[in-house]
Amino acid sequence: MVDRLRLSRRSVLGSMTAAGGLGVLGSALPFAPALAKDLTIGFIYVGPRDDFGYNQAHAEGAAAVRAMAGVKVLEEEKVPETVDVEKTMESMISLDGASLLFPTSFGYFDPHMLKVAKKHKDLVFLHCGGLWTKGKHPDNVGSYFGYIDEAQYLSGIVAGYASKSKKLGFIAAKPIPQVLRNINSFTLGARSVDPTITTSVIFTGDWSLPVKEAEAANSLIGQGIDALTCHVDSPKVVVETAEKRGVFVTGYHASQAKLAPNGYLTGAEWNWPKVYTDYVKMVQGGVKPPNLVRGGLKEGIVKTSPYGVAVSEKARAHADGVKGQFMAGGFVIYKGPLKDNKGNVVVAAGKEHGQTDIALESMNWLVEGVVGSLG
Amino acid sequence: MPSFLSSLAVPAAALAASLALFGLFVALVGVNPLDVYQLMYTGAFGSWFSWQNTLTRAAPLILTALCTALPAQLGLVIIGGEGALVLGGLAAAAVGLALEGASALIVLPAMGLAGMAAGALLIGAAGALRHGRGVNETIASLLLSYIAVAVLNHMVEGPLKDPASLNKPSTAPLADDYTIGSLPGMDVHWGLVVGVVCALAAWVLMRRTTFGFAARMVGGNPRAARMAGLPVGTLLIVTTALAGAMAGLAGMVEVAAVHGRANASLIAGYGSTGILVAFLARQNPLAVIPVAILFGGIGASGGLLQRRLGLPDASVLVLQGIIFVTLLASEGLRGRLRLPRLAKQPQEA
Repeated sequence: MVDRLRLSRRSVLGSMTAAGGLGVLGSALPFAPALAKDLTIGFIYVGPRDDFGYNQAHAEGAAAVRAMAGVKVLEEEKVPETVDVEKTMESMISLDGASLLFPTSFGYFDPHMLKVAKKHKDLVFLHCGGLWTKGKHPDNVGSYFGYIDEAQYLSGIVAGYASKSKKLGFIAAKPIPQVLRNINSFTLGARSVDPTITTSVIFTGDWSLPVKEAEAANSLIGQGIDALTCHVDSPKVVVETAEKRGVFVTGYHASQAKLAPNGYLTGAEWNWPKVYTDYVKMVQGGVKPPNLVRGGLKEGIVKTSPYGVAVSEKARAHADGVKGQFMAGGFVIYKGPLKDNKGNVVVAAGKEHGQTDIALESMNWLVEGVVGSLG
Repeated sequence: MPSFLSSLAVPAAALAASLALFGLFVALVGVNPLDVYQLMYTGAFGSWFSWQNTLTRAAPLILTALCTALPAQLGLVIIGGEGALVLGGLAAAAVGLALEGASALIVLPAMGLAGMAAGALLIGAAGALRHGRGVNETIASLLLSYIAVAVLNHMVEGPLKDPASLNKPSTAPLADDYTIGSLPGMDVHWGLVVGVVCALAAWVLMRRTTFGFAARMVGGNPRAARMAGLPVGTLLIVTTALAGAMAGLAGMVEVAAVHGRANASLIAGYGSTGILVAFLARQNPLAVIPVAILFGGIGASGGLLQRRLGLPDASVLVLQGIIFVTLLASEGLRGRLRLPRLAKQPQEA
């Protein structure tokens, strides 16, 4: 330990001299960039930023921000949802001068981000998850989220056309409302093509369990399922397994088209580049960002992957038609009568739950046509 | 004293060697090693802010390292600290919720005891299996750790789930009174003090009491210890239970000082880093403190390496891996260097 400190002190002295030299040089140059005026923005990811999934989608947003003028972007990956993320935020603030922070994992919000945001009331904290509540949470905190199940509905339509066995598979992390909503929307989309279609679901139990995800994919394919999709942090393993076994697959979070040139149909993607550049423009222009931003295809918060080679003309026409209705704001996925997969009526006839309906946020059922259970 | 010096010099040399190797590694990917060392220093110890960052990260590592270091006195290799931490956190949260309304002076100690008891049960079970059934304690503690994680997930997604925690299944939040705050004048929670006190107590127990002496005799030669009439089984089970209690207490601190509830965020890898810390501290409970601070510092500076130099997070893992490997190598070297000297000494009867 003694050695380590000595080494560090020496290198610190060395680089301080170097930095001093640079400083003199810098001030001598006539066109020294106005670094001090740059808006410093920190992005924090819970997993690796090249995961072909949740974190990559956010990193693509960060890359778009990096390309803007007058910003300095800081990125940190694989930061756990513990005191670590609090310290990462504090470190970005006090060592790098960040004034706008995007902690992108759902679990960063409470208590970690709230704690840090209360301490730094003059800085802006924007969180992915849509959890902000007026009166309960600080005003310098914002939250954003997208109705990505709209894109999952479209994926369901495309998968419904592609499947020959009429059996689809869904590999999911946890039976929480967000995930159930994707499973149900995907299934409803597929069943709008052919009401005999079923979706078999396997819950792996956690967000990133590559081995279990591969096992689940192989097991589903073994049951005769010929189109897969998933809701896990990184769809990479599922997509690769599907391609290797020669079945169709639709993506999630980001585009995985590269991983399955033959079987990739389409995918439900986040459009974070738009969301993040919009936010940064607001902050740069001195406008306070809204505390809550939510939207779907129409608002440009989610998008679909371009169709793959295997998607038929008929499927394209059907999906594009529905997409047009989403863009116009006139399409409702959860329209009664709907039963769950145990036969109970969950949406009564004549009743509609539009996309923003709060009732959908606590979904705890699997729609008719889903093979699987929540226990 | 020479043995004290050599036990300090060997890990220090291993550490210096691993930093040099790490420098070589970053140089290969095109980053100036001097920049890396300087940033590591800035991020870990370069300012009061960095020190607090480092100490906060060190706090749970002291306790999880004790979970490996204590049984090591008996020659056992326990690697189930992660499970004991998780279970301890869960038990602490459950007790904190069950006693809601009572005074914090009662509830906080009760939470601590519950956390310790849960951890003690888990790792004590590995000790008991070892003693009673001859099951390898390393494998047993690892597998028990998986069970503990599954129990946590089951409880927070089932019986203990707060219905309001929709997309992040958690227990209900603890009342504000039952959370432990920061040390006065610092942005470091009380877990650091808990850890240091436990490490000191563990050192006293192992080096200054007959219990510790007996335990270390078992570590030296269990058969000889048994022949000498020592209660090997009791020593084994009590020590492993104590070890589990340390990690369980770390879980309680995580719940009471950081999360304010129990959920899957408790599974953060403190248990596995604790194993590394214990080995680098050569299983000495006192040395665990500075080594945990060092690892806290590595963690604290990792972010800066990512941000300023564009190194991936994996670079910190590479450094930890290099440290672990050079350390094991240095242990092997130590044995080899000693061998000729030992041969010259007269054999004991």
